[in-house]
Parts: sequence; C-alpha cells; structure tokens
Amino acid sequence: MSDTIVNLPDQSTARIPKMNYLSRENGILSWLLTGDHKRIAILYLISITFFFFIGGALAGLIRLELLTPQADLMATDTYNKVFSMHGIIMIFLFLVPSVPATLGNFFIPMMIGAKDLALPKINLLSWYLYVIGGIMVLYTMMSGGVDTGWTFTTPLSTHYVNTNVVTTGLAVFVAGFSSVFTGLNFIVTIHKMRAPGMTWFRLPLFVWANYSASILMVLGTPVLAITIVLVMLERTMGIGVFDPTKGGDPVLFQHLFWFYSHPAVYIMILPGMGVISETISTFSRKRVFGYTAVAFSSVAIAVFSFFVWAHHMFIMGISNYSMLVFSLMTMLVAVPSAIKIFNWTFTLYKGSITFETPMLYTFGFMGLFTIGGLTGVFLGSSGTDIHLTETYFIVAHFHFVMVGGMLMAFLAGIHFWWPKMTGRMYPEKISQLAALITFIGFNLTFFPQFILGMLGMPRRYAAYPPEFQVLNVFSTAGATVLGVGYLLPVLYLVWSLKYGEIAGDNPWQATGLEWQTQSPPLTENFIETPIMDHEAYDYEWLENQKEKEVASAG
Amino acid sequence: MNHISPVLWEFLVKWMTNFALMPPEASKIAPQVDALLFFMVLVSLIGLTIVILLVTSFCILYSKKRHPVAVQVEGSTLLEATWTIIPLGLFLVMFVWGALIYFRVFTPPANAMNIYVVGKQWMWKAEHPGGQHEINSLHIPMGKPIQLTLISQDVFHSFSIPAFRVKREVIPGRYTTVWFEATTPGTFHLFCTQYCGTNHSAMIGDVVVLTQEGYKKWLKESTSGMSLAQNGERLFASLSCAACHNARPDARGPSLANVYGAKLPLASGGTVIADDAYLRESILNPSQHVTQGYVPIMPTYQGQISEDGVIALVEYIKNLDSDYRVQQTLNTTDLLPGSEGKVAATGQVGHKPAAQGRVNQ
Repeated sequence: MSDTIVNLPDQSTARIPKMNYLSRENGILSWLLTGDHKRIAILYLISITFFFFIGGALAGLIRLELLTPQADLMATDTYNKVFSMHGIIMIFLFLVPSVPATLGNFFIPMMIGAKDLALPKINLLSWYLYVIGGIMVLYTMMSGGVDTGWTFTTPLSTHYVNTNVVTTGLAVFVAGFSSVFTGLNFIVTIHKMRAPGMTWFRLPLFVWANYSASILMVLGTPVLAITIVLVMLERTMGIGVFDPTKGGDPVLFQHLFWFYSHPAVYIMILPGMGVISETISTFSRKRVFGYTAVAFSSVAIAVFSFFVWAHHMFIMGISNYSMLVFSLMTMLVAVPSAIKIFNWTFTLYKGSITFETPMLYTFGFMGLFTIGGLTGVFLGSSGTDIHLTETYFIVAHFHFVMVGGMLMAFLAGIHFWWPKMTGRMYPEKISQLAALITFIGFNLTFFPQFILGMLGMPRRYAAYPPEFQVLNVFSTAGATVLGVGYLLPVLYLVWSLKYGEIAGDNPWQATGLEWQTQSPPLTENFIETPIMDHEAYDYEWLENQKEKEVASAG
Repeated sequence: MNHISPVLWEFLVKWMTNFALMPPEASKIAPQVDALLFFMVLVSLIGLTIVILLVTSFCILYSKKRHPVAVQVEGSTLLEATWTIIPLGLFLVMFVWGALIYFRVFTPPANAMNIYVVGKQWMWKAEHPGGQHEINSLHIPMGKPIQLTLISQDVFHSFSIPAFRVKREVIPGRYTTVWFEATTPGTFHLFCTQYCGTNHSAMIGDVVVLTQEGYKKWLKESTSGMSLAQNGERLFASLSCAACHNARPDARGPSLANVYGAKLPLASGGTVIADDAYLRESILNPSQHVTQGYVPIMPTYQGQISEDGVIALVEYIKNLDSDYRVQQTLNTTDLLPGSEGKVAATGQVGHKPAAQGRVNQ
C-alpha cells in the first residue's frame, strides 16, 4: 500500500482538456472583461500575491530595523511609515480578500453545483475596486506614505500627521466596497444557486465558513467606511466628531473602528478555517467529525464577533460594566474555535492519513492557530490584558492567528486546489520542504515576540532598550527563513504551470463537486447541472462512483 | 571561545545570565497578575500538548500505511460536549479571575497620593502635589499607594510600567486614572505604548522607586518653591477668575470653596459630582456645565490654558476650603496692571518651565 492518495492519469497519454475556462478565450481583454468567477479568482490571486510580496518586503524592512536597538537603518518617521504600510497592505489588500476572493470565488459556485456566482458583473466590479484601492495605496507609498498605523487612530490621524491620510483612507474605503460586493455575491449565490439536492447541511464546510465571513463583510465593512469618511471630513474640514476641543470624543473613533476591525479578524480567519475542514477531511479520507458543530461554530463566531469590539479598549477607560460584558463575550467567542480544533483533530481518528503538502500546511495551521487562539484568551481576560496589550505580545498573538493561521490555510488551499485550477500538479517534495521551512521560520520569527511582550516591549517602536536585542535578533533571523518559505511556492508553482504533471479530474480522490468535473474546469463548470444525492465528505459514495465508471468503461 | 566573535560571545553570555520571561515584580499587584498569567500559560501548555499528542498519535496510528481504509465516524455528542464545556469552564475562570485583578488595578484606595501626569508629543511630564515636576521620569515612594491622574495634551498616549504590570491609556480631553503601590526600590522602565507619531519610541523614561526617606529627600531637593496648588492660585489670579468666583453677594459665579467632591445641581436639571473631570470641563467648556442659579456668561478657556495649567487650577480648587483665600486673590488681581492682559499675567508663573510658553498650548 502506498502512503499517498495521489491518483494521476497515465502521464504519457494524459492531456489537459482542450476546452476549459483558460483556453476558451484569449487575449488580455478576455480577462479584463470576463464575468467568469474562475478567471476573476485568478486575477485576484495574481493581484493579492503582488501585494503580499510588497507587504512582505516592508515586513523585512521592519525586522531589519529591529536588529539593533537604535533607530539606525531608517529614520523613525520612515519606520513609522513602513509599519503602517505593512499593516494596511497586509490587512486590506491581502488578508481580507485572500481566501474568499481567490479560492472562495473559484470554488464556492463549483462546490454548490452552480455555473457562476449570482452576480458575475458585480464580481468583476469588486476586482476593479480592489485594484483601484491597491493602486491608490501604491500611489500613497510613492508620494510619501502614511504614518498613522493601520488603525488611523484619531486625533493623530486627523490633526497631527502630515502624510497622505486622506488618500490612504480613500483607498481603504474603495477596497472596502470590493469586500462588501464579494460578500454580497457569496450570500446571494449560496442562497439561490445551489444545485438540486444541495441542502444546507450537504454544503461543504468551506461554504459555511465563507458564508459566515460574507455576513461579516456585508454588515461590518460599511461601519469602517463611515468611520473613514468621518476621519477624512475631520481632517479636511474639521467637523469635530472626534475632536475633544470641539466637544467630540476620540474614544468614539475607537468604538467605531473596532466595531468593524474586530469582526474583520474573523473575516480573515473564517475562510481559512473552511479550507482546513476540506483538506483535513480529504487527506484522512473521513467525514469531518461533527459536521453540524463545525458548521454552526462558524456561524457562532460570526454572530459573537460583533459583540466583542471593546476588548481592544480595556485600558481606555471604558466602564467596569462594559469591561465585564466584553470580556465575557470574548471568552465565549473563543469556545467555537476550540470546538473546531478538537473536531478537526478527531477527524483524524480512525482515518487513513496521508501527508501531502496541503496536509502539512494544515497541521501547521492547527498548531499555530491553537497557540494564537489561546494567547487571545490572555488578552480577553481583562486583568492580564492590562499588562500585555499594546506590547509585542499582541503582535505575536495576531501574527500567530493571521500568518500562522490564515496564511498557512491559504497555502494549504492553494496547494490543494492548484491541480483543479491549473490542471497540473505542483512538485510534491519541494513543496513539502517549503511547508516545513515556513513552519520553522514562522515559529522562530514570532515566538520570541511573545516573550518580548511579556517583558513589556511596546509595539511600533523604532528603537528599544538594549536588553531586548537578543530576542529581536532571533525574530529577524526567523523572518529571513520565513521569507525563503514564502518565495519557494511562487517559484515552483509558476514552474508547474508548464512542467507540472497532468493532474486529471480528481487527483486527491476528494468528494467535493468541484472535483467531479474536468481540470481545469469548463467555463460553465459542469457539462450538466449536477444533482447532489449524498452528504458532504461521503467517501463511500465516491468509491461507488469509481466502481460504476470502471463498470461502464469495461 | 575565540573562534566566534568575542563581542557576540560576551553579548550572548550576558543575555543568557540575565534571561528572563517576565519583568521584575515591583508592585503589589504584580504577583497577582503573574499568578493568573502562570495559570494561563499552564492551561495553554496543557491544551497545546493535548492537541499535539492527539494529532501525532492519530497520525502514527491511522497513517495510510497502517490503516489503509478509514472508518467513518459521524461525530460524538458526548465528546463534543466535553470539549465545549471544559474550555468554556476554564475560560470563565480566567474571565472572573482577570476581572478581579482589573478592578483592583483601576480602583484606587481612598488614601492614595495623587500625582498628575501630562503626556504630550513626545514626553511625559509628572506634576507632584508639592510642585515638583519632572520630565520622562517619575519618582515615587515605595510602600505607599500612588494614584496617577493622566491626561494628554495632543494625541493618545499610553502610560505603561511593565514592572508594575499596569498601563493606562492617556487620552486627550479626559482624565484617566491608575494606581499602584511599589514594593521594591529601583529604577524601572516607563513606556508610551500607544503609537503617537514620529518619536513614539523615544517617549520613554524611568520610574524611580525610592524608600520613604529617599522620597522625602528627593522632594526637598527638587522643590520649585511653590506647590501645585499655589501655582494654580497664581493662574487663578492672573486669569481673573476671582472677578466672578469670589463669594461676594453680587458674585456672577458660584463660590468655589469646598466645591470639590460636592454634589452640584445643574441649571439643565440633574446633579453632578464635582470631580477632577467636572472641574476641568467647567473651565474649558463652561456653558455646558452651568450650576443652578447662574447664567452661562463664563467665557471658555479652551486653547488659553495648557493641560498643565488646568491641572494646577484643579489642584487649587480641590484644596480651596475658604472664600477668604479667594478674596485675597481678588486683591492681588486688583493690583495687577490691567493693560498687561492675561498672557502677560500668567507670565508671572513663568519662572517655572511648566507654564512657560505653554499658556497658548
């Protein structure tokens, strides 16, 4: 028995299907004016990868500056701009659209057996909005950057800095609409376009996770848009909503900003959790343990996440009663994540596990997200939050969740669905190595930051007391390793476009509807509308299908 | 060990011998915070170990080589209930324990000594009641509860002393407070932890914990000759506050003696406790806070007094226990040449760097 499930067609005879969504039309215009969700997903994939590497380069600059205690590589103003742009690019231009706009866009219609998203033109519009937002961010970078931090804290952003706050705000505003449209599109599609027999509880968990994230996008993002408009009005016209000298309240800004930005954390992580449900089931050949619990835990996270925003403000003088409510809600929102981790773990129980690259990234996700989630509880508990907030502990915590969690899940998903998207396999050995390098580099980069935070090193410091240097050197060294880990996939994935093995329809023997059609798929996804007559993750159904095919071929 | 850089070697040795996971515990609350942190680290380690052990053992036991055909399992309500209830219970323990510590950190005891701290881009200025003031450092006695009343003159700052495990946001336009009781003499880090612009990382200082005697000595050596309240009195005179707040029968403003802590009826209905925040607001935004029986004729002093000045005035009013004192001030005001105006008059306080040049912010 081999220790892999990869099942490729005979490479000497196999061909990429002549008709597919990539070959259907040619020329740049056929891409720029496309309504095909798969092509838009590819456009998104290219653009977010571009911004990821810009954001990553900025991260590299941050780590280089922090190699020494003095602010010697760049001026403090430059450092402030670098970390601000790093945050803005990574959050609004990478993490928020990462899984939903690429993998979600590509696979949600296919998973539910639809031809496309419900609103294909809106889908294309959302990509254009993203690109406009992205170009505006690039423009602000070229013309001097912005140094407010990604949080645009007032009154610093409204009265005290002389950088491109308005253009950046506008960029985030525009990119926000792209996210609203994507979310709206997903909600409509999932409600209205499911194939016959595809009931809610037969949906793959990836769809549930994206559905929950979409609700957050649609309900949360407008609040961010309003807040940013208020900041811009305050800055240009001095309307005084956040200005205490005019009777305004700067803490109000914090409330409004975090009302979006806490749910935004779940916009970023929920689709990643969806990916993990798919990969862990496929590579252990088992139905996800407690399907309903995992599905509803996504919804629970979405609902609870709207009522925890003030945990960002425990030390800002909110009343004791609001502290109690928000701290309690924070503890409650942690529970569904714990449920998910254990359900995934028990999905492995009595499975038949193989260790292809997506599975390695999945294990990486589970370890790092567990640490990220548990350290979140340190911050949700009000007494310890006082000591840990605004230090490197926070930085480490959200990088464990966002990079250790979401980015690992994104890479798991990209590797998992790469054969479906391109029709070719990625090279297995080197990608396993890349997964390992990423995991080691990540831990070396961010684990020392937990200790730095415990020791009290504040975040957003260009210079720091010398006793913190050794841990910072570890962190910078780790970032170098991590950089290699992220560069490798780009290289070998591009290589595989031409030289990868031909994947065939279903190389992983996975159960999702997206695997029951050719790779790369047709523009219409399926030759005829599929009829769903089994549960999600039904491997016995898959076995029967295969036997039937063999029988009919024979 | 000459084959590696001796500088690096020395550096590593120094670090290894001083390696720490936590800053020193130098306040009364610190061991309590650390106990909870220790509990959380322990729970997290156990939780993480359970997940890692389960994943690893399942990976070994059920790898495709050993276990070629998966056995489908739907789920298990009992197991799922277990891993819902146990984490929930643990999180709730952390919630209650954390909240208890939170209340302790932000509820100062009645006998706490108050020190005002003003944050501004990019420095900390501490104002002791005795009139001593210091930049980017804070001298305090050990074994005595200290309350800090914090305010920012410009953007958000955050006052953090890791060794005390306390931190408080310093917000423009409102007073926030925090308290602590130092237990170990020594010098500790003071950080601004809320990003506040260009020199955010230079907005640091030292908290110097002295013995009671050492603190008395320091107070004596650092005195400026005038207490904070006396500074306030000068401002009170130079801003001609006593022209109205003089407790005469025909006074246009209410008497301020013993007003601090009193329950005042408002012209708009309702009552208010005259605390630091109310006094500050009444100076900067008077028409919003008129007490019963008076008309809103007081001009705003927004933009005319720095936060330092307001603090001095508040401290003066806090300590004002007789109208006689105010009437004396009135006499002083009468002696001032009227043509010099307010700014020139406040210049009298100008021998202190505190007020110098900041009268107009």
